[in-house]
This record gives sequence, C-alpha cells and structure tokens, in this order.
Amino acid sequence: MVFWEQIEWAPFLLSFKLAGLTAAILFFIALPFAWYLSQSRSRFKPVLEAVTALPIVLPPSVLGFYMLLLLSHNSPLGHFFEEALGIKLAFSFTGLVVASCFYSFPFMVQPLQSGFESLNPHMIEASYLAGKNTRTTLWRVALPNIKPSLLTAVIVTFAHTVGEFGVVLMVGGNIPHETRVASVAIYDLVEEMDYAQANIYAGVLLAFSFTVLLGVYLFNHRQKMRVGMV
Amino acid sequence: MLKIAVEKALHGSSGKMTLSVNVEIDRGDFIVIMGESGAGKSTFLRILAGLEAANGRIVCDGVTWLGEKKTVPVQQRNVGFVFQDYALFDNMSVKENLLFVNRDEALADELLEMMEIGKIAARNVTTLSGGQKQRVALARALMRRPKLLMMDEPLSALDPRMRRKLSTQIKALHERFGMTTLMISHDVSEAKALATRLWFVEDGSMKEYPLSMLDRLYGEV
Repeated sequence: MVFWEQIEWAPFLLSFKLAGLTAAILFFIALPFAWYLSQSRSRFKPVLEAVTALPIVLPPSVLGFYMLLLLSHNSPLGHFFEEALGIKLAFSFTGLVVASCFYSFPFMVQPLQSGFESLNPHMIEASYLAGKNTRTTLWRVALPNIKPSLLTAVIVTFAHTVGEFGVVLMVGGNIPHETRVASVAIYDLVEEMDYAQANIYAGVLLAFSFTVLLGVYLFNHRQKMRVGMV
Repeated sequence: MLKIAVEKALHGSSGKMTLSVNVEIDRGDFIVIMGESGAGKSTFLRILAGLEAANGRIVCDGVTWLGEKKTVPVQQRNVGFVFQDYALFDNMSVKENLLFVNRDEALADELLEMMEIGKIAARNVTTLSGGQKQRVALARALMRRPKLLMMDEPLSALDPRMRRKLSTQIKALHERFGMTTLMISHDVSEAKALATRLWFVEDGSMKEYPLSMLDRLYGEV
C-alpha cells in the first residue's frame, strides 16, 4: 500500500471545508467593515480597530472559552439557534464555523483596510463625481485596485483557519468527521504516541502553509513588478 | 447660474483661519483662481463639487446644492472635476475610464479625438505619460456633459510644451461644450490665455480683480 492510502484524510478535508466556509463568509462581512474603517474619520475608529485586532493577541483558549459560553445552549444565542433553528452550536461543525469567523476576523479585515487606505483618495472621489454610489465604487474601482491585499486577506484567512487549534478544541472538541480537524488530529495522535502518523500530518500542514505563503508573496511581488514598484 | 456664499474653518499653512467666499458665477465664465498655497483654493472647489462640507448656501440654476437643511450629494451635482494627480482608474484602459462614467460611445470617441488620445484608447492608464494621463482625466470629466467644469491645478505637473498644448485643448473643450469653467492655477501666461475672470484668494476671502491687473498681482505674491 502506498503511504497516502494509509493516512486518514478526513481531518484535512474537514479543515479545508471549515477554512473555505470561514473565508467565504468573512469576505462578505469584513469587506463593508474594512471599507467603513478605511473611510471613517470617527473618533470611535480606534475602538473598533482594537476590538477587531483582539483575536490576534488573545490566547486562543481565552477566545475559545468565551466562544463556548456564547455558543452553549445556556446563552441567548445558543438557545435561539437550538430552539428556533434546530442547530446545536457547541461541539458541532456549525459552531466551529461561527467561532472561526470571530477568530480569523482580523486576518480578513486588516489587509483589506490597509489596501483601501493605500488607494489615492482622489480615485474614489472621481468615481463619486462620475455619479457612482459607494457600492459601485467599492466593487468596480476600489477592489480591482487592491488585488494583492485582496489575495492576502482571503488566502491568509483560509490558511490561518486551517492552522487554528485552541479555539476549535475548546468549542468543537474532538468528534471525528464533525469537529476533528487536522490540527486537533495531530494533538490526538501525539497523545496516543503515534508519532509516525503525527509526523506525516504535521509535514502536510507545514508544506501546505509554506506553499500558500509562497504563492501570496510571489503574486504580490509580480504585481509590484508590473506597476513598476520594484 | 451659481450663487455661492459659504464659510469653512481651515487649518491652513498659517494656522487656523476661516475661508469665506461670497461670489456669483455666470454661464460661460472661465474663471482662473489664483492665490498662495494653503489659502483654500482647493477647498473652495471641493466644497462646490460636494466633496467637502461647509456652512452657507450654494444655489445652481435655482437648485439649492447647499442649504441649511439639505445638501445635494456629489453624485447628483453633475460637475466635471480634474485633479492635479489625474486620479484615473488604474484597473481600466483609457476608453474604459471614460465609459465607466457614462456608456456613451459616440461622446467618448469624440472626446478621445479632440484630446488626440484616440490611438491609445485601449492602453492601460498606468502605462501613460503625465500629459497623456491628464488628457484622459479631462476627457473623463466631460463624459456626463457637465455644465460646470472644475480643475485643480491641472497643468502644474506637466512640462511647458505640454502645458501650452493642453491649455489650447482646454479652451477648445470649454467652447465646444458651452461650459462654465473654474481653474486653479499659479501660471500667469496660462491665466492670460484662458481666463475671462480672475479671482484671488487672500486672507481667507475671494476677491475679483480685472484681468489687466494680472501681472501686477502675481508680481506681489
């Protein structure tokens, strides 16, 4: 038997499904928010930025603990989902998606916001002068001119969610095919002293992370070459 | 055509000041606005276009653009505006920049022809020279057939030969489209070639001078 047939790929598929869904949902939530932050001169902007950045500095266990409280059926949100929609949030895949959206939020917002802030403000005003509303300006002028930031935001959010461990463990536990993602599976394998499998899992994640980052940096380097910045 | 009485607090080069402008503009005027840097010339144009807030009143052909209760947003004022730094949409070609404003192919072709940029219509705008970019910006500003065209130092980043050429083209456009034009400039010869009226921003207010005083005024600055 070849070695990849010996590996159970389900945790990876679960990780990628979680990361893909998180990145897709966050794109639509973070886009208007990042745009608002980039254009805002409100004195509350630093407060919003600080709250956005919290998941970067908070220990994942702290975030995971609060998420667990928020999603459990004793909380109003968890109760509502369970009673009204029949969806259990704690220790379920849906709960993981919700928690990941909080956990990876800054990784989508920050590159988009800095991309928008780096645009020539006159270019945005020129679109308004052309009679276009904010939505058309955002989709047809702002977004196409921040492609490197856009790619960084989507890919890094995806990769960061694949690499998530503490929060998933707290919120999702370790249920095969439901919440047992790749990073949790590695922890599990090490606990079982199965170092050979753990090694392969870790190697796959390492190779994946490197490839993704290399791809992002290569693309951004080429974009800068194209516009003559390098 | 336009009645303007506006006030705005500015943090200018010489500290806090109030820009206070009380003027009237007639149809067909070509007004050149001069004055020191930081005097509030750009801010005045931006207020008129709806890009910046101010207190006061602006009425254009009986429509209140700025009043106590309501402000007509920039999108609905339909003014042409040309920035000193071109502000083209970098993700589009020359012609796409024009058609983004208004999908009027015939008008776009006419403007490209008038500005002598028909041959580069398909080029991406990031590959153009400064003079070419500013001609695209001018053509783009006219795509909604505005009655009022505003230009914030449109020629100051260009070399003298290109300045003369563009200044001739600006005059042709002003006449062809029967526009009212306001242009900020620091160049006396440009002002002489184009202006029908001369305004000077001094000590926070807008003063009108006869064109014959142009040399003397600019000598003093």
